[in-house]
Amino acid sequence: MAQAIAFYFIAACILGFAVLVVSTKDTVHSVLFLVMDFLFVAALYVLLGAEFLAAIQVLVYAGGIVVLYLFVVMLVNLKRPPEAHSDPHRRTMLGFLLAAAVLVEVGAIAVYGHSQPAMVPVPGAAMPVTGNTAQIGWLLYTSYLIPFEIASMLLLVAMIGAIVLAKREL
Amino acid sequence: MDTPVIHHGAMFDTNELVLNMGPQHPSTHGVLRVVLRLDGEKVVDADVVIGYLHRGIEKLSENRNWTQIILLTDRMDYVAAATNNVGYCETVEKLMSLEVPRRARYVRTILCELQRIASHCLWVGTHAMDIGAMTVFLYAFRERELILDLFEEMCGARLTYNSMRIGGLPLDIPPGWDKKVLEFCTIMATKIDEYEELLTHNRIWLERTKGIGVIDGPAAVALGLSGPPLRGSGVPRDVRKDEPYAAYDEMEFDVPIGTAGDTYDRYLVRLEEFRQSLRVIRQATEGIPEGPIVGKVPRLIKPPAGETYHAIESPKGELGYFIVSDGKSTNPYRFRVRPPSFCNLQGLRTLIKGHLVADVVALIGSLDVVLGEVDR
Amino acid sequence: MIDTLVIPLLKIVIVLNATLVSVTYMVLLERKVIAWAQSRLGPMRVGPYGILQPVADAVKLMIKEDITPVRADRWVFTIAPIISMVPALIVYAVIPFGPEVKLFGRQVTLYITDINVGLLYIVSVASVGVYGIILAGYASNSKYPLLASLRASAQLISYEVAVTLTLVSVIMMAGSLSMVSIVRAQQSSHMWYAFVQPLAFLIFFIGGLAETNRAPFDLPEAEQELTGGFHTEYSGMRFALFFLAEYANMIVVSSVATTLFLGGWLRPFPNVAFLSFLDFIPSWTWFLVKSFVFLYIFIWVRATLPRYRYDQLMRLGWKVLIPLAIANLVVTGIIKVMLL
Repeated sequence: MAQAIAFYFIAACILGFAVLVVSTKDTVHSVLFLVMDFLFVAALYVLLGAEFLAAIQVLVYAGGIVVLYLFVVMLVNLKRPPEAHSDPHRRTMLGFLLAAAVLVEVGAIAVYGHSQPAMVPVPGAAMPVTGNTAQIGWLLYTSYLIPFEIASMLLLVAMIGAIVLAKREL
Repeated sequence: MDTPVIHHGAMFDTNELVLNMGPQHPSTHGVLRVVLRLDGEKVVDADVVIGYLHRGIEKLSENRNWTQIILLTDRMDYVAAATNNVGYCETVEKLMSLEVPRRARYVRTILCELQRIASHCLWVGTHAMDIGAMTVFLYAFRERELILDLFEEMCGARLTYNSMRIGGLPLDIPPGWDKKVLEFCTIMATKIDEYEELLTHNRIWLERTKGIGVIDGPAAVALGLSGPPLRGSGVPRDVRKDEPYAAYDEMEFDVPIGTAGDTYDRYLVRLEEFRQSLRVIRQATEGIPEGPIVGKVPRLIKPPAGETYHAIESPKGELGYFIVSDGKSTNPYRFRVRPPSFCNLQGLRTLIKGHLVADVVALIGSLDVVLGEVDR
Repeated sequence: MIDTLVIPLLKIVIVLNATLVSVTYMVLLERKVIAWAQSRLGPMRVGPYGILQPVADAVKLMIKEDITPVRADRWVFTIAPIISMVPALIVYAVIPFGPEVKLFGRQVTLYITDINVGLLYIVSVASVGVYGIILAGYASNSKYPLLASLRASAQLISYEVAVTLTLVSVIMMAGSLSMVSIVRAQQSSHMWYAFVQPLAFLIFFIGGLAETNRAPFDLPEAEQELTGGFHTEYSGMRFALFFLAEYANMIVVSSVATTLFLGGWLRPFPNVAFLSFLDFIPSWTWFLVKSFVFLYIFIWVRATLPRYRYDQLMRLGWKVLIPLAIANLVVTGIIKVMLL
């Protein structure tokens, strides 16, 4: 019961702040609401017993990435009128299309999840280690080794790309 | 200054930031105002604005009689008042061709050098404080206090001494004063090592001062720098050696010069000047001759018509007085000062271009300006 | 009921109050120690030897006018000091002041909680603290605070990398993220990690100075350059929050360093039976003494050293400390795999 109340409260906060992120006029406030959103997502992780994920969520998203967002927002003058996107219809169309795509995707996942209740996502019995953090490490380096390595390669490529873009003469 | 320049880049237009430093800022040493144009934290250009402490001392002097002016000169470089007094009195003596007794010239030398140490104490303290080393400030002020005590005993005041008269001294030195001066020299010699221990070989201090605000000899001369900023660039110009006044022709001392012309060399030059000043004070105090303290000065001081320029080496650099007398009235016809701080401050804009905001305060400290003297 | 609710709440209240009191006395300690270094007396007027000075300071700050600049971003301006204070306080939830002790016939642990990811929790909470400074600089709508907040955030982000890397080598030694287990691991390995990981200890200390904006890395509040830095426009109690947060962060860094590198609550040579007479001193005393030594060094450094320049600070962080920390991590890993 208490857990359900906590879940619905946190979920409501997440959605509420998400709405505020897109509806606020002031960009800095919008970024701040995004931080709040991330913190509540971390709270949701704690509720699910995934403390490691929660800590990483705060460390990487709230503490790291959004700080860089904030930098950009603070330093770049956003008060100018937008010139590039002057066609309002095109924007709306694209937005509706994207929203529909996301909705279909979410629906598909929900249907798929209900149709296959037999699949156990965490092969807990097979793991030789106990504890939240150790299990994540075990999974990452056994079953999900290749996706993990691909993800780190992607990050490396992105990093090199950013350096090349930022530094004009190498 | 006009509106900031906008640079049009490939992706974004960037904007210069105009930062107004002073006249109320903790490290512009008084009321200096520097308007900085920044690219990030790099100084693209700077505008040095002065005049916030202008009291019209030069004009005031034209309406005071010759002795009353001494009191006004105290208020120019207020951390080295005795030096200002000596410079003015010697200029008037030169104008009147007065002979100053040897004893008076010796005491003047002692006072000038004590004053140099006091002024350098203030400099080393504030300069280190600007770069973040707060302890040196209090150490230096502790020793400055000893000098102020000596001055208080000599002439009754601690800041604005009014310590000279035209033709000599107002009072003879108090009994036992010379012993106290020698005692002070012994204390001070060890304290200089203490400052050096905290700064000279400190890695952070070296990184903050080496290669900052470099100016070579010819450029320094062209800008009209004088004193330690000039000697730090390797130009061996010191009025005490080149055109001796007071009793400096009888003293033995070296003029320290730098090689690199950066903030660190200016720092080293001043620290060595501490030691040389102590040397001069010891010689002068031990060799004070007996005799009168005032020369043959007429009751009514009224220099003959004419003009003269006389310069002395103040702690900040060459302090010159240019005085015109019409020979009729009891006040100068024209009174003009060449303050070292004013001329040294001209170098600031050249020095800080291309450096960071943090270097600006280091460089203001390195030039050692006193705004009372800049604005007069 | 008592075990799950009353005792934890009681512990929270005690720890919070103890922290706030020690933060205010930290200010006095700093003034006294620096005064002593500078051959003067420091505060002497309020109470004997000035020991009531923190009370006077608190009263003064509370009754001062609380100014919000007209063109400031009012909301952000108000929450910025709170954001910088809260992370500094909630970190204490996982800091172990001592092991389990018997108190009034009840087993009580001398820490609020021991979570599985304690160290990660500290790092992530500390990473949120940077918002306080950035937002203060932004919301003030003034140039000096803006410059300072840019400096601060760049500084905090870069030194966080080096510090976190040193923490990883400690985690590798201990094999756990829990603060209590790390202390116990030091007991079972018969060695404080400061001796096993001297380089990590040094980098952690330097990074700690930088992360708390202390001299010689106090650029974000460099009074002589930026007239007070990010809190230039703040006054009264809001300024006090920034001020207290800095000192609370110093205590946090000292406590974490004590736990990770100096054996936490353990007495010196905890496994030597010969020295067991030292056990009459309660374990938390050792913790406090060790943390105090750290805090003293913090103050001592401030009284001695000049300040780094912004670019030199970044160079030190990225070109010296981070490579060293990574090298230390690799060497630790190799030794751990090869020898143990």
